[in-house]
Amino acid sequence: MKTTPSASDQDLFHIPLPFYDIPVSAGQSRFPSPAQDYEIAEIDLNKQLITNPPATFLTRVTGDSMTGVGIYPGSILVVNRALKPRSSSIVVVLLDGELMVKRLYKHAGVVKLLSENPTYAPITLTEGQELMIWGVVTYVITATT
Amino acid sequence: MSLPQPLKSVYALADANSFYASCEKVFRPELEGKPVVVLSNNDGCVIAQSKEAKAALALYMCRPWFEVKEAAEQIGTIAFSSNYELYGAMSNRFVQTLRHFSPRVEVYSIDESFMDMTGLKRDLNVYGHEIKHTVRQWTGLPICVGFGHSKTLAKLANHCAKKQPGWDGVCDLTSLSVPELDHLLASLEISTVWGVGKRLERRLHAVGVTNVLRLKHADPKRIRDKFGVLLERTVRELNGEVWLELDQMMPEANQVMSSRSFGHRLDSLTDLQAAISFHAGNAAERMRKKGLYANAVYVFIQNSPHDEAPYYCGQQMIALPSPTNSTQQITKAALWLLNKVYQPGVYYLKGGVMLMELVAEGGQQRELFGFSQQDSKNHRLMGTIDQVNAKYGRGTVKTAAEGVRQDWQMRRVLKSPGYLHQWKDLLKVR
Repeated sequence: MKTTPSASDQDLFHIPLPFYDIPVSAGQSRFPSPAQDYEIAEIDLNKQLITNPPATFLTRVTGDSMTGVGIYPGSILVVNRALKPRSSSIVVVLLDGELMVKRLYKHAGVVKLLSENPTYAPITLTEGQELMIWGVVTYVITATT
Repeated sequence: MSLPQPLKSVYALADANSFYASCEKVFRPELEGKPVVVLSNNDGCVIAQSKEAKAALALYMCRPWFEVKEAAEQIGTIAFSSNYELYGAMSNRFVQTLRHFSPRVEVYSIDESFMDMTGLKRDLNVYGHEIKHTVRQWTGLPICVGFGHSKTLAKLANHCAKKQPGWDGVCDLTSLSVPELDHLLASLEISTVWGVGKRLERRLHAVGVTNVLRLKHADPKRIRDKFGVLLERTVRELNGEVWLELDQMMPEANQVMSSRSFGHRLDSLTDLQAAISFHAGNAAERMRKKGLYANAVYVFIQNSPHDEAPYYCGQQMIALPSPTNSTQQITKAALWLLNKVYQPGVYYLKGGVMLMELVAEGGQQRELFGFSQQDSKNHRLMGTIDQVNAKYGRGTVKTAAEGVRQDWQMRRVLKSPGYLHQWKDLLKVR
């Protein structure tokens, strides 16, 4: 198709500029708003409760052996597997094929699993009994309603 | 005065052992030491085995479950339907943990990642054990780590770490003297080398290349003439020359990956959808060329670990209702996954689609309600799309990006709970 230079070619060079109907203060636009320094992120529970995401797992409590420390049936436990379990840590353990939450007691070669409910007796580990510590409980989340 | 020597590259490959079975065991710790198998979609075939199952049921891999069920249950095997969402999430945790050990990690597959260790002033054997221990402690996954001066050597080191008990799960080929390394290579079958399959092994045997050491010492030019440029590259890599950079892949037998860095950083979902659709179509086409069908789709998007912003890598996997080679189905699944991993405010630099658990045309079942790939209409459509694209260039014909509803029904009666995805399915502790 043959064309001759016309107004349409001129139009190619006419680029409409976008119009922004907002107040602009001359001389200031190159600088970031001073308020930016004060812009902080809102509180994020994930960040607070889960400091090491790849190592953190949520679990659900089914038993009532730890009610004394606010761990009830239905509570959610934040379990961090990266932490080293110490004596008095609250831990999720595998004992006799079952996962349970207990307070760990380690002293002078004696290892016990303590409950926080007087109706449950402490479990003292006997020779040859295998205890696998699955993770350390760092937070408990319990609904109030 | 001597000029400083250029740093010799060092790569690590971290590979999870019996990955799917190990993921199941993390949430069922009482199964430690017990045989576990994972079944494909619709509980069809055995697609993964724990090492205990491997020892007793080695021949059962890829066999239909109904055929092997009785023998498996006799030795106390626990079977699971595949829970790809869980495996995808655990894979993500695995990679996140590895990032504590190297700034440059390349996800190679769902259960393997390469790491750049060049210039690290550490005893690599000790470091490897630290990585292995940390991944096990944090995520519960058992892994092996191999180190080498090329990716091919790192992969080979990982093979040794896994198969030869003496290494205790960590094998550092960079610490071996040349005679020690050669002695080890002479003991390895050629098919243990990355990218060399059984067929190529037979052809190499026929010309007297019977072990990895002989392959290493083969003349690269003659190898190229007779076997092609890929194997030449492998020979050079076996000699410690770097021919594959961190982001360059070798094709894996049982998966097809399409991924690359975006031309520029993308932050809008629309742009990412376009990119992921492209990769889905590309991967599907490459898979069809091999005459294969996918059982699962895996999607990842990430920003650069060198960015000032925090590193984010979203990755998820989903099982398909029945094996498919359809671009539409794969694109739908990929976009659905993209929606799940997309986080606004991240400037993504790279993304891709991986098709996994590939099966041959013959080995599939017909779905009752789903789409069947035997369906000749779809078959013809895919053939036509590939032809048009071959003639007029990729992307001439492509799918309109559609949303996808997860209304796929599958028989997965042995599936473990959604421990990481559903509040009601959280791991229970008494």
